[in-house]
Amino acid sequence: MGTVLLEVRNLHAAVAGVEILKGVNLTVRAGEVHAIMGPNGSGKSTFSKLLAGHPAYTVTGGEVLYQGENLLALAAEERSRAGVFLAFQYPVEIPGVSNASFLRLAYNTVQKQRGGEELDPLEFDDLVREKLKLVEMEASFLERSVNEGFSGGEKKRNEILQMALLEPVLAVLDETDSGLDIDALRIVAGGVNKLLNPGNAVILVTHYQRLLNYITPHFVHVMEDGRIVKTGGKELALELEARGYDWVREEQAAGQLA
Amino acid sequence: MSAVQQLKHEGLPDGLARCWPDIAHDSAWLKELRTRAVDRVAKLHFPTARDEEWRFTDLGALRELNFEPAAAQKLHAPFADFERLIFPEAAATRLVFVNGHYAPEFSDTHEVPQGVTLTHLSGQGAVQDVLAARHLAQHADMHNEVFTALNTRLFSDVALLFIAPDVVCEQPLHLLFISTAQQTPLLSSPRCLIIGGRDSACTLVEEYVSLGEGVTFTNAVSEIVVEEGARMQHVRVQDEGHAAFHIASSTVTLARDARYQAINVTLGARLSRHTLGVVHHGPGTECAVDGLALISGRQLADTHSVIDHAAPHGKSTQLNKCIVDESAHAVFNGKIVVRRDAQLNDARQQSRNLLLSARARVNAKPELLIQADDVKCAHGATVGQLDEEQIFYLKCRGLSDAAARNLLTYAFAAEVVEKIPLVSLKTRLRAVILDRVVHAHASAEAA
Repeated sequence: MGTVLLEVRNLHAAVAGVEILKGVNLTVRAGEVHAIMGPNGSGKSTFSKLLAGHPAYTVTGGEVLYQGENLLALAAEERSRAGVFLAFQYPVEIPGVSNASFLRLAYNTVQKQRGGEELDPLEFDDLVREKLKLVEMEASFLERSVNEGFSGGEKKRNEILQMALLEPVLAVLDETDSGLDIDALRIVAGGVNKLLNPGNAVILVTHYQRLLNYITPHFVHVMEDGRIVKTGGKELALELEARGYDWVREEQAAGQLA
Repeated sequence: MSAVQQLKHEGLPDGLARCWPDIAHDSAWLKELRTRAVDRVAKLHFPTARDEEWRFTDLGALRELNFEPAAAQKLHAPFADFERLIFPEAAATRLVFVNGHYAPEFSDTHEVPQGVTLTHLSGQGAVQDVLAARHLAQHADMHNEVFTALNTRLFSDVALLFIAPDVVCEQPLHLLFISTAQQTPLLSSPRCLIIGGRDSACTLVEEYVSLGEGVTFTNAVSEIVVEEGARMQHVRVQDEGHAAFHIASSTVTLARDARYQAINVTLGARLSRHTLGVVHHGPGTECAVDGLALISGRQLADTHSVIDHAAPHGKSTQLNKCIVDESAHAVFNGKIVVRRDAQLNDARQQSRNLLLSARARVNAKPELLIQADDVKCAHGATVGQLDEEQIFYLKCRGLSDAAARNLLTYAFAAEVVEKIPLVSLKTRLRAVILDRVVHAHASAEAA
């Protein structure tokens, strides 16, 4: 088994005074792919953003260790530089900043932190063109403003491109399949698969099973009302697809009665 | 002496009234102009907050200082200080003025192409006298504007740029006005006369900077004439020190089918006021007038513009952006006039404002005066803050809080900055914004 990258223990969190996470436990090791599934409002996206350091969420209990260190003590940018990556469900548009200069700035910031080599625009251009192939993007994407006017599929491919450049240790992909047609889904999933290696790990947060046809998870977790209520293998995702989430709820209720 | 007494009575600051430079050597027409100017200075009062056009711009601090008109003097600045102000694109097409006086030791015009006159007019019998006599003070409103009248009495050397008809000047031209801080606060009176002859084309940077820390007062007047079918790109940069007072007017006159593009950048001065007037005199004219103010601390930057469509079939677009941090205050008053017979004009104005701190202020006011009935006019104004979701997104990609805020601030400014035709100036402005020090309190307030 790989080393433990992420250890979430009894995590409670609230937004604007309302408790959303009510005791999440999760262990992620190097080389693993975890899927977190669950109905809308179960707390999946809150969990993703919280791991990335979104300021809107307040941790009210529990702890999160990343590579043995207290992740919650780090600011969002420090988490990113330490190798935590969040692919956004809704990537933010930044008119006026070219994608190329944004990507290079992010790349060089992270490289500097990790003691790597920073690249000038020409060197970076070579690198990014190589990475573009991974998500089948045209070079013209680089000249456009960050995500501005991008289609849903283009935005998600741009997220995976950023993942490819920043080479995270722990990537959290928040509903990366939403808004994608089948072609885009295959491209995005293909990109993620190529980025998987024994030293990193991915958490796929998704509502539907279809992404899991292309990225095979080692573990599937069901989140319900701010907790992970069931964990299984990849076959659990198929069962959820076929039967919905209600049976998990019922099973849980029965378990609590017993 | 009686004129001086009268001026004091009318409330002109003491220092200004104390010593008028000698005009004995001026040409006859210029002497006559100076006399009229003194007459107007005496009759016009010094604006106060009670004047509608000066509501937000309190000149009280300026009145209290005893400014003296700046005399010609050698500039003792290290060359490195000066060198950073030179644009490689215009290294040998530049005129430099120190405190309003022509500085030949810093000017270099050896690459000015044929058909382009880039020179200074010192008031006595120059070759360009006829041209100057025809245009000087014919466009700027000395009759109603006390600062224009004051400049007209006080200017020493006029920066004169004349592009002969049919000449296309590829090199950008640079007019650099340097104010130097002294023991006694000095009043500089830069004056520009810029004429794009019929069917000519040129690109011009008019720039105001300070060397040394200290109080200075620049009262600048520029008259710009774009003749029939001519094209002019005009970048104006005001980057004086943060103790400076800067009051300026630019008056642009467009003849038939003329094209005028202006980018006005305001970075410096404790208090600055730019009064910009563009008159579409002939039919078929187009202007695009953009503005960018980036201020912080206790700076005040006031832009008052009037775009006057006095002839049919004209087009104007105006995009004014203010980025205001800390306790700074930006004022934008954008007036568009379409006169009665000026049919089929298309005028658009956008005022976009970004507040980076809870104490930052902006007063943005569009003013449309439409007397023709077949025109298109559109205007819009917004005031906003940086988007916290955008900041979070950038932080998630490793950028520090300051880097994220500066990048987004640059993104806001980019729409204007990226239009600047000089790469070196664009790069300089980009660095000014991206390397800004983000004050902790600003972030705390925004959070």
